[in-house]
Formats: sequence, C-alpha cells, structure tokens
Amino acid sequence: MRNCWGTEELSVRVTSESRRLSGVFPGGEKGGLGLKNTAEAIKISKWKNFVNNDNTVGYVFAAPFIFGFVCFSLIPILTSFYYAFTDYSMGAKTITWVGAKNFLHLFQDEIFVKSLGITLKYVFISVPLKLAFALFVAFLLTRKSRLVTVYRSLYYVPSLVGGSVAVALVWKQLFARKGLFNSILAEAGLDTINWFGDQKLALYPLILMSVWQFGSSMIIFAAGLKEIPTSYYEAAEIDGANGFQRFFRITMPCLSPIILYNLIMQTISAFMVFTQAFIITGGGPNNSTMMYALYVYNQAFKYNNMGYACAMSWFMLIVMSAITLIIFKSSKLWVFSESGD
Amino acid sequence: MSVKHKIQKIFYHLFVVIFGIIMIYPVLWMISGSFKDNAEILRGTLKLIPENLKLSNYVTGWKGFSGISFGTFFGNSFWITSLATFGTVISSSLVAYALSRVHFKGRKLWFTCMLATMMLPGQVIMIPSFLIWYNLGLANTYVPLILPYFCGQAFFIYQMMQFMAGIPKELDEAATIDGCSKYGIYFHIILPLLKPSIVTTVIIQFYWKWDDYMGPLLYLSKPKSYTASLAIKMFADTASTTDYGAMFAMSTLSLLPVFLIFLFFNRYLVEGIGTSGLKG
Repeated sequence: MRNCWGTEELSVRVTSESRRLSGVFPGGEKGGLGLKNTAEAIKISKWKNFVNNDNTVGYVFAAPFIFGFVCFSLIPILTSFYYAFTDYSMGAKTITWVGAKNFLHLFQDEIFVKSLGITLKYVFISVPLKLAFALFVAFLLTRKSRLVTVYRSLYYVPSLVGGSVAVALVWKQLFARKGLFNSILAEAGLDTINWFGDQKLALYPLILMSVWQFGSSMIIFAAGLKEIPTSYYEAAEIDGANGFQRFFRITMPCLSPIILYNLIMQTISAFMVFTQAFIITGGGPNNSTMMYALYVYNQAFKYNNMGYACAMSWFMLIVMSAITLIIFKSSKLWVFSESGD
Repeated sequence: MSVKHKIQKIFYHLFVVIFGIIMIYPVLWMISGSFKDNAEILRGTLKLIPENLKLSNYVTGWKGFSGISFGTFFGNSFWITSLATFGTVISSSLVAYALSRVHFKGRKLWFTCMLATMMLPGQVIMIPSFLIWYNLGLANTYVPLILPYFCGQAFFIYQMMQFMAGIPKELDEAATIDGCSKYGIYFHIILPLLKPSIVTTVIIQFYWKWDDYMGPLLYLSKPKSYTASLAIKMFADTASTTDYGAMFAMSTLSLLPVFLIFLFFNRYLVEGIGTSGLKG
C-alpha cells in the first residue's frame, strides 16, 4: 500500500484494477493475466472496496464510542432499571423482585423527601445567581483592553480549582467557627455564626461555593457577547436608547440561546453536586445538606441498599428530565432566534 | 482622552482588580496557610503573609499517612490522569471524525446517543457500573478509572465535531481526488488541523480528571493506590488533630499541576471554552 494515501479510488473497475495489480504482484509477472491472478485481484479489490466503503469507515472510527456506549452507558442503565425493582444488595445470594416497592418507599423516607427539597432549593438558588453573576462579569470584561484577557483568566481561577478536594477543605475552614468569615463578622462588630452547626444556614456556604465557580459560564457568555454586531448598538444609540434599554433589548435577546445552553448545563451539574457536600458537611447537620447524589451514595455504599439506591437514581433522572424539558419548552417564549419572527 | 475618561478608566481597572483578588482570596489564603503554623490558621486571620514563614508543613505533609508518602499519591494521580487524557484525545477525535465527516448508516442514531450521554447524569449509572466492575473483579484496580476514557467522551466528541465543521470540506475532496482514502484524510488532514481543539481537550480533561474525587472514592480502597485528592481527604480525616498547615501544603501542591497548565495554555483554554461551551 502506498504510504498514507491508502487505496487509489473508492470504486475501481475490477478489470483495470486487476490488470494493474497483476503488475504489482509477483505472480502476475510470470503468468500475465492468469485466471488465478485475476480471481485474486478481484478478491483484493473487493476487500478494498469494502474497507473504503463509507459504512465500514464510519463504524471503524465510531467503534470506540459504540463499544463504550453499550458497555458503560446502555448496559448500566438497563441494569439500574432492573435493580430499581429488586431488593438487590452487594454480596446477597438472591435477588428478589419487589415491584414498585422501592419507588413507593421513597415518599415514606423522610430523609429522601428532605434531600429532594434541599437539592431543589440548592439548584433554584445557585443556578440563577451563578448565571447572573457570570453575565455581569462577562459584561464587565467586554472593554477593549489588553488587560481584559488577564482579568478573564483571573476570574476563571475559582472554576479551575473549585471542584477539587483541596478547595472544598479550604471552604470548610473559611466557614469554620473561628474561620475567616466569622473573623470578618467579629471585626465588623457582629455576632459570629456557626455556619455548619445551624441547619437553617448550612446550605448557604455550599450555594456560595457554587456561585463562586462562575468562570466557565462567564467565558461562554463573553464569547457570545463578542458575536453581537456592534452595528446593533450603534443603531440603538442613534435612536437614543440608554444603557438599560440597550442591555435588555439587544444584549439579552442576542445572548438568549447561550443563556439557554448555560442554564441547562448548570442545572444538570447542580443536581449532581456531590464532592462539596461530601467533604464539607457530610450531609449534616441533621441532614440539612444531604444532597440527592450524596444520599444515593450513602444508600448504595454505606447501607448497601443497591436496589433502593437505583430507584432513587431513576427518580432523579425523571425529575431532571422533566425540568430540562420544561426549560426547553419555555425557551420558545424567551429564546430569540434570528431565523424566526 | 479627556480627564473624565481617564479617571473612569482607572476606576474600572481598580474595581476589576480588587474584585478579582476577592474572588481568588480563598485560593491565596490556602497557599499562605501552607506556610503558617496551626495556631495562626485557626485564629482565622485575614492576613495573607504568615507571621513566621515555615516550610516544615511541606515536609510533614509529604510524609503522608500509614507510611505512604504523597510521592506515591501524586504518582498515582499522574498516571491515571495522563492515561485517561491520552485515551480521551485519541478516541474522541476518531469518533468525532466518523460522526462529522463520514456518511455511514446509523450516523444520526449514534449522534443522538452521543448527545444523550452528554446530558446523562453520571450518578444514574454509578451504581450498576460499579457492580459490573466489581463482578469482573476489577473494582480495586485502575481499569474502571481509565478504560472508559478510551471509548470517547461525549463532551469532547461534540467539541471536536464543532471544530471539524470549520475545516473546509474542499480539503477532503481534493485529497480524495489525489487518491487519499478516508483513513488517510483523518491522519493527514483532519488530525493536524485539529490541534487547537486537541490542546483544549488535553487541558480540560487533565484538570477534570486530576480533580476527580468520586471515581477514586468508589473504586480505590487500598491506601497505596489512592490518588492525591483521595489522599488529602484521608489526611484530613485520619489524624486525630488535623494538621491544617500540612493539609494546606499538600492541597497547594495538588493544585500546582492545574495552575501550571493553566498558566501556559490559558489562551487555548479560554478560546476552547468560548467556542464550544463547557459545563462545570
């Protein structure tokens, strides 16, 4: 085969191909266009046609994904669905089909109901705040200045490190009894707060931590802001629009597809929050920061109720799909598309 | 430029810088904490400059726990992260090429599956995946943390597809006329032009994987095989009285690779996220 270029053409006429090949292969030199050689050549060219066929090429290149999708997504999902209707636990010799019992039990489980409520609260507070903050900073950094790139990197740092255990431990320390936030309060002459000891308050440091990691949304917004033609703003200025009008009549509609994207991605990832809660509060006090994913983890790996935990996972999937669907449906009302109207 | 404009400009930069420092204050505080002694950290002072700078935190921290030093943990993290990142780049670019350039039967179906996995929360498949690896006898190895990354990561496949859409199809056609096969087009046209997207993938996947906590938590149970993030948490838990200075020292070290990569490649990172979108 000729180095990189592989075969010559996608569809070669068998005869010309065989003639050419007979010159290439040693057998061809001796016997010219012998019957045996022709058959061989046809075989080779058929093989080449097969190899270079779009379907073959496609499946060769897509093979890793197809394998991964089946083994690491599809099979686990189906098994999870099956387990959700059983009392499966690790090391158990038998698996008993329990029907919808796991799902019915969910709503009698006080911790589950609490955990669902807390997770929804976390999502509904942290996601809008984070997006608003990201948009604000992105807007702040639209100025034409060489320093803006440096600033953007600076503001991205929290997102870069925020998911790590290291920063979670720092956060825990910042809100500790004698932590940084309390010393600021003390210096301002206010009462110190026992952040992680008070079940009404414990969730807020976690929300703050999520909002603090606004960097990736900010960069996506910044890229979107750059795409808005300056002529729109110039036209608006000529028409006498003030800053607010320009923001709400031009910036927001032009950014709305990007807001939708960020909203969906952030909502999904907020639902899944685990590491922060696991490390900072461990779900306490009195389960007031028992995030959904944390409770699933506890049920599965701490109490070994695999079947029940699978039912919880599925319930979460349904809730999340419903919320994503609502966002998508509502987007028709507020996402502006250039082609429409 | 008028005086008013100049003052406005100065105020703008001042505001942005001060605000930015407040944003990264927790990180700075952690770094300075790694040079402070415990008493000073526990006092909760706002000051970033330690009263007496000590490097001993790094020495005590490095010793780790149960006789295993942080050298082992960082080594483990490094291998897992490097292999997973390598796998992601190779497999994702192959799959992205198939989905964006080759018209094969079932392409739409697999594209939809790819989008679905992108939106699928990992926690839903966490338990059954664990059980599958457990039943295969691989639960205490690095295989579950590495192998799936060789099967393409939906997010990066999508990102590379976006990038490939910008590579002119005429190049493929010209190569085909010159006798290049579809395989050759991938290696000699797409792959070299994909470089910016590959760099972005390497950076993002590297720091995601480096910071990953849940995967190692599920699959690694022997302290000797712990990753850095798992070890730091253990380090904070095992000692009866937590040595905060040492903990911050190791935390700082664990963030060092991420910072270095960010410092050298942040142009790619910012551009990459900007064009493709990034969750997290």
